[in-house]
This record gives sequence, C-alpha cells and structure tokens, in this order.
Amino acid sequence: MTEPIIQVRDLRREFVVRTPAGRLRRTRTVVAAVDGLSFDLAEGAAVGYIGANGAGKSTTIKMLTGILVPTAGTVRTCGLDPVRQRRELARQIGVVFGQRSQLWWDLPLAESFRALAAIHRLPEASWPVRRDELVDRLDLGEFLATPVRQLSLGQRIRGEIAAALLHSPRLLILDEPTIGLDVLSKERLRVFLAEQRALHGTTLLLTTHDMDDVQRLTDRVLVVDHGRLVYDGTLPGLTTQVGAERVMVVDLVEPVPDLGTVDGARRVAVESDGLRHRFAFTPERTTAGAILEAVGRRGQVRDLAIEEPDIEDVVRRLYLAQIRGDDPAAAP
Amino acid sequence: MRLFATLVVLGFRRWSTYRLATAAGAFTNTVFGLIKASITVGAIGAAGGELAGYDAQTGATYAWIVQALIAPVNVFNWNELALRIRDGDVAIDLARPMDPQFAYLAGFLGRAIHQFIPRGAPPLLAGALITGLALPATPLPYALGLVSVVLGVSVSFSVWWLANLAAFWLIELRGVLTLNVVAMGILSGLVIPVHWFPDWLATVAALTPYPSMLQAPVDVITARAEGTAALGVLAVQAAWLAGVLLLGRLVFARGARKLVVQGG
Repeated sequence: MTEPIIQVRDLRREFVVRTPAGRLRRTRTVVAAVDGLSFDLAEGAAVGYIGANGAGKSTTIKMLTGILVPTAGTVRTCGLDPVRQRRELARQIGVVFGQRSQLWWDLPLAESFRALAAIHRLPEASWPVRRDELVDRLDLGEFLATPVRQLSLGQRIRGEIAAALLHSPRLLILDEPTIGLDVLSKERLRVFLAEQRALHGTTLLLTTHDMDDVQRLTDRVLVVDHGRLVYDGTLPGLTTQVGAERVMVVDLVEPVPDLGTVDGARRVAVESDGLRHRFAFTPERTTAGAILEAVGRRGQVRDLAIEEPDIEDVVRRLYLAQIRGDDPAAAP
Repeated sequence: MRLFATLVVLGFRRWSTYRLATAAGAFTNTVFGLIKASITVGAIGAAGGELAGYDAQTGATYAWIVQALIAPVNVFNWNELALRIRDGDVAIDLARPMDPQFAYLAGFLGRAIHQFIPRGAPPLLAGALITGLALPATPLPYALGLVSVVLGVSVSFSVWWLANLAAFWLIELRGVLTLNVVAMGILSGLVIPVHWFPDWLATVAALTPYPSMLQAPVDVITARAEGTAALGVLAVQAAWLAGVLLLGRLVFARGARKLVVQGG
C-alpha cells in the first residue's frame, strides 16, 4: 500500500472574527471553519469535495496547499508538510482557484506559459511538447496570442487549467473550476479533465457547486458541512441516502390525466389537469431519454425541463438526517 | 538565472504593451525637464553663477538626466504587490516554487529596461538642443553610470517593496505610499541636487537609501564622482540595496506568516 497523496487527520482551523461592540470595544469570536476533518486520498483518485458556501472547502484547500496553517491536526500532501515545504510541494501540485488568476493579466496567454515553465524549471527541450498538447486538447490555439485581460471567462479558465497542468503535477486541485461557465464550456472542460486523468493518472480534487461536475468527473464524494465531514462515499450512495433525485418536468400538447408508471422513475405530481407531469429519477436507475420515450408513447410531448438537485439541498438533507439520529457517514 | 531572465523579459513586455502611456509619460518628463532646468539655472545664476559645484551648464544637465531617470527608477508609484496582498492574490505568489521578492525585482528591472530609452531619450534630446548637456568625454563614467543606474533602480524597488508590505497590516495604504513618494521626491535629489541641501537635511538624506536612487547615478554619469569616488558611490548603493532587500525579506516573511497563520 503506497502512501496516500493527501492525508488529513483531525484537521481544525479557527478564525478570529472581531465585531465592533460599543464605541471602543470589539467582541472577539472564534469561528471554526474546519472542525475535526479526517480523510485520505489515494494516488490516482478523483474526488469531489462539496458543501454549501462557507462550509470550509476553500479553507481546507488552502491548508492542503500550505498557504494556511492548521490550528490543530495534521496535513500531508504528496508526502510533504504543506506549510514548511510549500515550495517543494508547489512543484508537484497544480491548483486552480476559480476566483483568482495565475496568469499574467496584461500579457498574451503564451507568455504566461513561458513564465511558468521557467518558474517550474521545466527542461527547455520538453516543455513546449507538453504546452502543445494542452493547447491542442483545450483548444487554446485561437487566443494564445491574446492578452489575458481580453479573454472571455471560458477562455481564461481553460488557460488557467493549462497553466496548472503545464508542469504535469501529480495532484490537480480545482476550486470551483466551472463556476460561471456555459453548458458547452463546462462539457468541454469535463471531457478534457477525464481524458487527462486517464492519460496521466493525475489525482484530482475538485470543489464545486455543480452536481454534474461531481457525477462526470469523480468516483468519490466528500461532503462537508460547518467544517465537518458529513459524507464520504460514492455519488450513487449519496443520492440514495438523501434521496437527491433529478426531476423531469414534461409538458404535453393534450392533457393526459394518467400516464401510468414509468420504469425506474417515480411519479411526483400531475398538474394542470394532466398537461404537466413530474417524474423523479436517479441516473443510476434510468435515463432522461428512457422516461421521455415512455411518456412519448402515451402522449405528445410539447416541452420538457430537468431540475437538478442542488448541493445545498443535498447538504441540507444530510444535515436533517443527522439530526434525526441516522449516521449518514457510515452508509456505503 | 533562466527564471530571472525570463521574468525580466516579461516585465519588459508587460510595459511595452502600453505605448500611448509611454509616449505621454515621455512628453510630460520633457516638459517638466524644461521647467526644472530653467529653475535650476535660475537658482545658480542667483547664487552668482556657481552653486555647490554646479554651474549653469552642469546644473541644467543634472535636471535633464534626473528627468530621464525618473521613469526607470520609478519615483512615483509601485503598488503591484500591495494590491495583490489586499485582494489575496499574493496566495498565488506564495504557492509557486519561487522567491517572490526575486521575481518582483526581475519584473521591476524589466519595466525599467523598457522605460530606459523611450522615457529617457526625449528629455536628454531636448536638453541637448535647448540648454546643451555637459557630459564626460571618456567612456568610463558611462559604464560605471550604467551599473549605478541598475543599482538605483534596484534600491528603488527594495524601498517600494518594503512600503508595499504594509498592506499585510493596513487596509488603506495610500498614506504609506504617499509618504514614500514625498520622501523620495525630496531626499533622492529629484527636485534639487542633494549637494544643495543644508547640512542637517544632507545628514538626514545620507541616513536614507533615497540619494542612492537618483543623486548617485547622476553623480557617476556626469563624472562629478570619478574613479575611486565613483566606486565609493557604487559601494554605498550596493550596501543600501543589500540592507533594504534583506529587511524586505524579513518583513515579507513576517507578513506571509501572519497571512498564513491568521488567515488575514
């Protein structure tokens, strides 16, 4: 058994929040952003790290990368102590903070790659090969000569991801990489990330608000809430446990009061005297296509929409389950 | 070395994208050069044609060379690091396998190299045409002068670096940066040569790194300081550079520690 690429034990991080109280005094409150977190990540894994805003995701990532000191507990990333060996660690990991840029804002994208190659001391003979691969797979060619400040969000994020992967890191940490991207851009990014993982065996840790990201890219899910790990397992396990289903809303041309049962889906509601039907389903049991086909045999479909369970909803359900006394973290 | 060179080139390129700003800056430097040369010559005339070793010609030359060096030395503003500390982007710098001070110095030098000709040549040309320049005829002062300019730019960086680091502890930094601009303006020899200062002010200036930014390079280039005296000037510059850079490293380490420990 090789050493895990990330090892977190009883990790805790407190912040001191000062709020004005009266004219001169300030009250000092200690808030634990991360509170007793423990988990291991095996080399080559792809893990989704999810939780609502303020759950402690970014704080954890900062501790994993050595730019924040834990208040208590230990972190090992790539076998290193992140804070004390931050620079060595930086050679082995790639990080994308969705809200921050590591590119040179007023220079063409290509110049950022050149700078990063120098910063990571990549061999002059080999790094252009890697760059060309990334340019090709992420489709950066068109705007390689464009100053970063003039790139669209989707273009910039692709550039950021290429920048994080240029030195072929063992571990890629993505903090909200698809935030603000349109459906097509998200899709292209997911295809790319899946492909890189298959090709290079890069370990992936991903924080996101997008359930689709988790489903498409990861094989394990960690859910944090108020700094605590509330779930560790597979996504199907999570959806089964909290009943986080997708809902397909079908509008018909002519009302059909009773569509009958659809295999693998649950009828949730019939509205407007049979003009609108709602079916809940999980992707493991059936597909949207199968439901649509079944419905289409019984009535003419005018329009349809799919409602995704959001992360906040999943986390809320987990939280409620915990209050009721179940222990979600023990489930498969 | 490859990293340093790459970052210098990048610093150069970053500035070369702002051509209009460079042209406007060169124009302003030249106009102010004319005003300053006139005032300097006037002051020397009022003092009887010679003041602390400057006559009308060398006084005007002083004013023009200072104008040519203002942009490379970066007298007026550098707050790149402070902005990155304030909005948290400094975390990106920390998460890179490189020394931040070393990297920013490279960028600062790249910027200076870019500014050297387009911002330096116009005031010198105007000076040569309008008042004439009193420049040495031998090559040595220019060679030493170039070293002195590089040291001057680096000293300027080291002081700006230190001033920017206040952002780790203060939210509003304008006061600190303005104080630095004012101190630099007076004590570096930007307005009048340091040699004209009354004794007490000359002493104050000598206790700061500011004269190493402008007065020192101009003294070396114009051969006011020659031979061993010129080497002495370079040594003083190098000493200030080493000292302030080192102080900047210690303060940065403290600031980064605060950021990393307190999460500020």
